[in-house]
Amino acid sequence: MSLAPSTSELTARVAPETPAVEVRDLRKTFRRKDRKASRFARKRPWPALADVTFSIARGECVAILGQNGSGKSTLVRLLSTLLINDGGEARIFGHDAFEEASTIRRLVNRVSVEASFFKKMSASENLSYAARFYGMTPRQTRVAIPEILTEVGFPVDRRGEAMENLSRGMQQKVALARALLTSPVLLLLDEPTTGLDPRSKLEVQDFIRKVRAEHDATILLCTHDMAEAETLADRIGLLDRGRLLFLEPVEDVKRRFGVDTLEEAFFAATGREYVADEGEGDDEDDEYREVFA
Amino acid sequence: MSAYAVEMRNQLVGLFGIVERNVYLTKRYILWDLAFMVWTIANTLTIVFIARSAGLGPAAENTLATKLLIGATIWAFLGIIFEFMTEIVAWERWEGTIEYTFMAPLSRFAHLFGQGAFAVLYGLIRAAILFFAVAAFIGIHAPNANYGAALLLLALASLSFIGVGIMTSVLPLISPEKGAQLGFVCQGLMLVVSGVYYPITVMPEWMQWIAKISPATYALRGDRASIISGTGVAWADVWPLLIIAVFATPVGLLVFKAGERHAKRHGKLKRSG
Repeated sequence: MSLAPSTSELTARVAPETPAVEVRDLRKTFRRKDRKASRFARKRPWPALADVTFSIARGECVAILGQNGSGKSTLVRLLSTLLINDGGEARIFGHDAFEEASTIRRLVNRVSVEASFFKKMSASENLSYAARFYGMTPRQTRVAIPEILTEVGFPVDRRGEAMENLSRGMQQKVALARALLTSPVLLLLDEPTTGLDPRSKLEVQDFIRKVRAEHDATILLCTHDMAEAETLADRIGLLDRGRLLFLEPVEDVKRRFGVDTLEEAFFAATGREYVADEGEGDDEDDEYREVFA
Repeated sequence: MSAYAVEMRNQLVGLFGIVERNVYLTKRYILWDLAFMVWTIANTLTIVFIARSAGLGPAAENTLATKLLIGATIWAFLGIIFEFMTEIVAWERWEGTIEYTFMAPLSRFAHLFGQGAFAVLYGLIRAAILFFAVAAFIGIHAPNANYGAALLLLALASLSFIGVGIMTSVLPLISPEKGAQLGFVCQGLMLVVSGVYYPITVMPEWMQWIAKISPATYALRGDRASIISGTGVAWADVWPLLIIAVFATPVGLLVFKAGERHAKRHGKLKRSG
């Protein structure tokens, strides 16, 4: 499978040394009421991301670790043009993520913790729907959809079944297919294996490795699973309460804190135990969103 | 192909994708749609039977019944358009797909117009079924009817209805809990000033002024003339509809984009309410 011409043209115009992702002093603040406050209490600013700075080279796989509410999903949403920043900047292949949103949308795709499909529609119909937005015609998707489903290990003969009849693992494979169908050069994976059974989890992880090996894609993996981050990523970052504490190769992290595991590194960096709350469908941004009537 | 032509082609394919998705969903929910159709017919009968109780002669009774039926049919047609337009956000938020649609490289115009185009097609089919089912049930005769002209005028008015519908489709972005219901408030307000079951001359003068900027006023007037008297499409109905359409669609898009910015700034895009 090759990159869509529009995508490759967009990246070809950028100098080769330009990072895939360049984030500088990125800030996002939501407003929320204190849970103990009265009904009429004023909302207070709640920083979801505070001056986050990092860059990702082309073809690199970077994992951002963090507990629920650490700001991982906010970061992914900012990079995929679903949120507007309150400060700082983010560039994707040299393009401003907030000023050149339509260009960014051609370059980026995402797999999130929830598979997010029209439940009554089939896998094939859902993929067709997503592909049309990227200019793929029915003639193209008739060929591409069975191919990509085979690639992600989805039984092609079940592509006509309604999504609501498929297991969570199957749905997540279709989600991976949806992301890859549009040939993104930056793949944002937000807790892609959360809630999956061990076998499905391994299959998805294998597929992520395969994408790295066979496609010209840069991957940003946000996860609370330290083992997953360690096995898949070139560098690991730790996001804690909206602040990026470090972003380094895993061995450098262990050396820096003089520890043997990432859990110990987290403790050394924050003074707190690492608690990975794995809940199906958890979305950390819900912690921050405003409540309004 | 130039970059502009490629982009235009991609946007048209995307617009087709929205229509195609609605076809898939309509097929899946067809039995629910049939049940809703029965309710719409029953509701329309409650209005059209009023003509039978008016104590008029047969010809006058037939004319009144036809006027009421056209009003109820356009009410139902507009209801479908507003329902589909407010659902563009509400349904995708409920299914959880909204973020994938909003992060795709589809222009908001193609996105919203695709939904509007399907709503108009679907609404016209339902309106035709409703009109002829009730006309047959009550025994309405329209020997002079110019259905082609009536359909053409309704299609023209639909451009304005889509523009107004786009404005209301932003409401669920601002209030996930109550926004969708507000779309129906807009539908009711538009029809009450447009003479849905009565001539606009019976309304207070200030309401008659508002009626002049409502596309439903011209759709109702023109369709009644075409079906009852068999007149063709009148320029007096066409030019106001063209002017309203030229303003309503860009204003609708601006309103929607402002709502989208608000949702993205405050993290309201995905919230399920």
